Amino acid sequence: MKEQCIFAGFGGQGMLLIGKFLAQAGMMAGKHVSWLPSYGPEMRGGTANCSVVISDRPVASPLISMADAVIAMNLPSMLKFQSLVKPGGLLVVNSSLIDDKSNRDDCEVIYIPANKIAEEIGNPKGANVVIFGAYLAKKLNIVTAEQAIEAIREELGEKKARFLEGNIKALHKGIEYVNA
Amino acid sequence: MALTLMKGSEAIAEAAIRVGCRYFFGYPITPQTEIPEYMSARMPQIGGTFLQAESEIGAINMVYGAAGTGARVLTSSSSPGVSLKQEGISYIAASEVPCVIMNVMRGGPGLGSIQAGQADYSQSTKGGGHGDYKLVVYAPSSVQESIDLMTIAFDVAEKYRTPVLIAADGMICQMMEPVELPEMIEHKIDYKKMPWAITGEHESDTHKRAIINSLYITVEELDELNERLQANYRKIEENEVRYEAYNLENAEIVVTAFGTVARICKSAIDDLKEEGINIGLLRPITLWPFPYEAVHKAATQPGVKAVLDVELNAGQMLEDVKIAVNGDQKIEFLGRYGSHMPTAEEIYDKLLQMRREF
Repeated sequence: MKEQCIFAGFGGQGMLLIGKFLAQAGMMAGKHVSWLPSYGPEMRGGTANCSVVISDRPVASPLISMADAVIAMNLPSMLKFQSLVKPGGLLVVNSSLIDDKSNRDDCEVIYIPANKIAEEIGNPKGANVVIFGAYLAKKLNIVTAEQAIEAIREELGEKKARFLEGNIKALHKGIEYVNA
Repeated sequence: MALTLMKGSEAIAEAAIRVGCRYFFGYPITPQTEIPEYMSARMPQIGGTFLQAESEIGAINMVYGAAGTGARVLTSSSSPGVSLKQEGISYIAASEVPCVIMNVMRGGPGLGSIQAGQADYSQSTKGGGHGDYKLVVYAPSSVQESIDLMTIAFDVAEKYRTPVLIAADGMICQMMEPVELPEMIEHKIDYKKMPWAITGEHESDTHKRAIINSLYITVEELDELNERLQANYRKIEENEVRYEAYNLENAEIVVTAFGTVARICKSAIDDLKEEGINIGLLRPITLWPFPYEAVHKAATQPGVKAVLDVELNAGQMLEDVKIAVNGDQKIEFLGRYGSHMPTAEEIYDKLLQMRREF
């Protein structure tokens, strides 16, 4: 088993954080993991992305040239990364901010209004966790929802523990949206 | 001990602290600024000293002074900053003072780019400063290995009284991986074992006054220093060579690569193995002393038809691979300049192409 996943959005959307959630969950599930952020010269409001690899074997390359999944939170991210999804892979698109459709017809594409759902549950900053839930709904064989929640608990730590409940709710809403 | 998911830069800084480093002098530069940032918060918690110097030149000279007391001292920078440190490094080598220097390499020359690079290989291994000196140079290829090498780096620095360089790259510092940190130790300065260290003068002192100096003005004195240094380097060459051999058994081609590039090569090697094609990897962990014998042995073992050297520079380690192989095997080179990390697919294709040409 090897899952190579790219989380992309603009700075501040929390894509690096949900990438950490996935890496942390993978580690807690006993897998080998790596998390690599983009750190190129970026302008304010520019793109921010990270590559997460989860594998049964030690992670050879943390760089991803062909992804099992791409999660795109905004239009520049979808345009930049949709071509990297392997045929038969998964592309998750935030339809709250992306009106366009993907040009890919050889992979599974999920459109989810992540910001709208997050606002509906009273947690407008939780759109990243909603879209993480949508991704996770298709990947529960890699990490379970329980492991993801444990990872979120670990990443938030004691200082931010008050955000845990809101994040769990956002995660479940994302999973439910895909399963509905 | 449980695994923790940690960013390379923070893991490296914490590892240094755990193995007894209590003094850090540095100056910010991407992609290693998180190391001084972490140190600035952590050092005061444990009674250590973090100091942001006025420049890299200032920082390396602070290292020189603090390490002269026998304490464990670290500085960290990235390529252009490490260039500035070279004069100080030469002085430290000449004064036989142990310390550890991190170079989180980025693309060069000049200010270059902030992405990962490997083009400081020659500067690190062939003497970046003036004079006949060598640095022990470690090249980690994962966050865990960076941590493990930190322990080894301080021990080797003290054992041989020499500055040690850890040549990582931007990717290692920026990425997160699960790691196990070493136990916290306090480094005790034992002046009986370190008579060279400056103790500060006191009337009750009975031992000979220690002087740290790199000026040897007479021919005889300088000869004596250089002979002592060279004898020390021969001992290091004999005892401290490290490398990783990966999938060498029945290999048709042996890849040589170091640092993160070696990981990308492993990816290509793993993919080819699934197709029944055996490619080996010989990864130098010490860039100096270079594993000449191991590379020669791997390159000339029965069944091997060629060597492929892969680097994120124009072929700096290639020169050492050529010396190691000594004309006994065909060598090809796949290089990308700093910040242009080769993909596993490119290496995969190159290996298949070489195979077709056998």
